[in-house]
Amino acid sequence: MSVQDWTYIIVTLTFAVYIGIAIWSRAGSTKEFYVAGGGVSPLANGLATAADWMSAASFLGMAGLISFNGYDGSVYLMGWTGGYVLLALLLAPYLRKFGKFTVPDFIGDRYYSNIARTVAVFCALLVSFTYVAGQMRGVGLVFSRFLEVDINTGVIIGMFIVLFYAVLGGMKGITYTQVAQYCVLIFAFMVPAIFISIQMTGNPIPQLGMGSSVIGENVYLLDKLDGLSTELGFAEYTNGSKSMIDIFFITAALMVGTAGLPHVIVRFFTVPKVKDARKSAGYALLFIAILYTTAPAISVFARTNLIETVSNEKYENLPEWFKKWEDTALLGWIDKNDDGQIQYLNGSAVEGNKNKPVFDGKNRGKHGERVIINANLATKNELFVDPDIMVLANPEIAKLPNWVIALVAAGGLAAALSTAAGLLLVISTSVSHDLIKKQLKPNITDKGELIAARLSAVVAVVIAGWFGIHPPDLVAATVALAFGLAAASFFPAIILGIFYKKMNKEGAIAGMVIGILLMLFYMMKFKFDWFGGGTTEDWWFGISPEGFGTVAMMVNFIVSIIISKFTPAPPEEVQEIVENIRIPNNAGGAQEH
Amino acid sequence: MSLQKHQKYWKENLKYLAILLSIWFLVSYVFGILLVDQLNTIRIGGFKLGFWFAQQGSIYVFVILIFIYVRLMNKLDKKYGYND
Repeated sequence: MSVQDWTYIIVTLTFAVYIGIAIWSRAGSTKEFYVAGGGVSPLANGLATAADWMSAASFLGMAGLISFNGYDGSVYLMGWTGGYVLLALLLAPYLRKFGKFTVPDFIGDRYYSNIARTVAVFCALLVSFTYVAGQMRGVGLVFSRFLEVDINTGVIIGMFIVLFYAVLGGMKGITYTQVAQYCVLIFAFMVPAIFISIQMTGNPIPQLGMGSSVIGENVYLLDKLDGLSTELGFAEYTNGSKSMIDIFFITAALMVGTAGLPHVIVRFFTVPKVKDARKSAGYALLFIAILYTTAPAISVFARTNLIETVSNEKYENLPEWFKKWEDTALLGWIDKNDDGQIQYLNGSAVEGNKNKPVFDGKNRGKHGERVIINANLATKNELFVDPDIMVLANPEIAKLPNWVIALVAAGGLAAALSTAAGLLLVISTSVSHDLIKKQLKPNITDKGELIAARLSAVVAVVIAGWFGIHPPDLVAATVALAFGLAAASFFPAIILGIFYKKMNKEGAIAGMVIGILLMLFYMMKFKFDWFGGGTTEDWWFGISPEGFGTVAMMVNFIVSIIISKFTPAPPEEVQEIVENIRIPNNAGGAQEH
Repeated sequence: MSLQKHQKYWKENLKYLAILLSIWFLVSYVFGILLVDQLNTIRIGGFKLGFWFAQQGSIYVFVILIFIYVRLMNKLDKKYGYND
């Protein structure tokens, strides 16, 4: 059977499972819709959190990024896992004890202020919308490559699936579909990794295969890749090219941002007890770590395979996958020295258009390659590869069976859909609970609020779909912005709310507002060229916009503490709330599933 | 009396946090970033040690840290009668 047939079969099967689960676990009350009734077991919540967290970016994008950046890619590995330690130790147990539905709930009650609540709602919406756009795009990408439908049709199919189970099931439906999606995505990620690890090193465990020697050669795989990289003019794979301070700050921003993301935090409201919240953070990281320790192995395998397959090979002799990816415009070749072979070297092969190729319609060159009109003649590199395709192309590059390739497509969809659903829930809850119930219409009935929640989920899906079809030019930049914003706003406000009893509303609001504004300013200046723009040399302390969330977070902490010293202490009953959330027992009702 | 108990519990909790977060910082920021070049001179099989901490080791330690925290806190809750 062809890859396409297999993909249709596997994708249809998995979608049927997701829909079946959604029908079985419909939400009947707002408590079920917002936090699954608070009765999810720690293990199920750990699985769901892992799927919720691991997005199209983790599944499709990360291994590719590491593949092209080597050691520098470590920022994603440490940044996106280390945040769970902060979450487990500093946030999850206390927020569970607090026992409400959302992050703005905590901010609003702890800082006894609707202004604080509104600032938090604004941040939650901003973070979630920037993030969800990338997920819908990921869905479209998988559909267009493997089912050969138009990328927009792919986005619309994805919208309907998410709409169905998020609107029907709320958090309860999402939780159990995410459990299924985790199983699909981890299986899909591990199978090709294990196959390729055996192929290249003879070791079935990719984490160990990465550090083993190459079959039939007396050389370690990593040493071989270091050699190949330097031979072609790239930096040595195991040594990066970013500055140490930037690596440090990006890692910190990603860790703190992870711990501050509302769709991750809210998952810990769904378990029955405080001790379950702690345990389920442990499970979540364990399940995430399986993928995150395999990803760097895949990066090494894929990079080595790619170089060995294409370097100095005649275009005519290249395998089928090369031409298929050329059709999607994510891969391109320009025969600069007119020898009919691919020279893959350091430097950008094309210029302008953000270093992406511009194709001359469907025109073909003399070897049958697609013609690119923006060649960069200053470099000798002839190959453009979009890092996003590495995970999807990897099984094809390694010549694995068709069903494995189809499985990877289904895994990518599971990763994108599970994250999109979690984000949509945060968006709809922010509107129906934090805005309508808590501010605009406090006497709304539970039934009315449930309807409002479902309607806002529908609206959110439509907006997310629109972003998927018309992606903002800088998807990657906006996702980095989401982390920066979460780090600069929520994280300090929540930490201080728990660990510093005297923190008051004036301090927290000033900290959040200044943190966000500073982050937005830096991002716009260096990513969007506003406020006079600037180049790498103008970065403050040599810190990139991706790492600036750490600075904005520190500023938030400092501003909050200074302001709180000069303004009245919080009222007695708020200080009692803080005392109370520090003690783990009697965490409030949960319901059986 | 009860308030004193609360404060003692909270102090012990903070002590655990300080120890565990120091280890968290050590394996990622110190071993994986600040001392990476020094550690890279040591090799374990095909891995340079600093590179291994940055891409593998730190993640394993993170997982272990959370489960140690869970154990410690469960014991602490029991000691103070806060388990339910």
